[in-house]
Amino acid sequence: MTSLTAKDKDTVKAFWAKISPKAAAIGEDALSRMLVVYPQTKTYFSHWKDLSPGSAPVKKHGATVMGGVADAVAKIDNLTAGLLNLSELHAFTLRVDPANFKILAHNILVVLAITFPSDFSPEVHVAMDKFLAAVALALSEKYR
Amino acid sequence: MVKWTDFECATIQDIFSKIDYDVVGPAALSRCLIVYPWTQRYFGGFGNLYKAAAITSNPKVAAHGKVVIAGLEKAVKNMDDIKTTYKDLSVLHSEKLQVDPDNFNLLADCLTVVVAGQMGAAFTPEGHAAFQKFLAVVVASLRKQYN
Repeated sequence: MTSLTAKDKDTVKAFWAKISPKAAAIGEDALSRMLVVYPQTKTYFSHWKDLSPGSAPVKKHGATVMGGVADAVAKIDNLTAGLLNLSELHAFTLRVDPANFKILAHNILVVLAITFPSDFSPEVHVAMDKFLAAVALALSEKYR
Repeated sequence: MVKWTDFECATIQDIFSKIDYDVVGPAALSRCLIVYPWTQRYFGGFGNLYKAAAITSNPKVAAHGKVVIAGLEKAVKNMDDIKTTYKDLSVLHSEKLQVDPDNFNLLADCLTVVVAGQMGAAFTPEGHAAFQKFLAVVVASLRKQYN
């Protein structure tokens, strides 16, 4: 869709600075929610023993995902180049249908609303939504 | 026919009894107009929608937000047959308002974010799932009369 403006990037970086201490918990909650609210996403994790909210694999993977988001914030000025390796991983190894990136992004936003009710204003919401969409686009880069 | 579990029924009634309609309706609509600005196309007569602050303080947006949530309450009160309850609303959105039905999902997502913000941790993953299912049925019912 649209590319990130300078204002978007500033908003994302400032908000990320605020939320990054809770990044792992946010990732765990977002992933837990995604698996419960959109059960079709469970198909990617059939190798996990326990898919319930807050389980060990969900906790670990939530932290991994948010590590990727942190990386994306650091590379916000060139997401396509910065996320090349992650894109190859998702395209060739994981083969996640890119429609699911949108689903996970929505769940991250819901968790941000729960965790930071006064900071997650409409202005921050739109910047974060655009940012996560841009990350999804960069992750889809190597698919075909 | 949509089948609701006891948990889902109870959760939806519970969520709607807890949220402040006068806050949530306007907040969801204004958030939708800010986060997805192309949705403003349906609100040409609402005056100043140029900036987020203008949208949040716009009295017509606030009033209409309350109309939307009152419409949702109809579905909450008739969960056993939302499709029939929404027949006229669906015709209205299709023929008179001519709203692209993909927009219903955008507003639904914003409503979820606002409800989550209001309820905090009480908006559990299981409750969230029930709410998502409810909104999916609402959106499908609103789409029903489009042709």
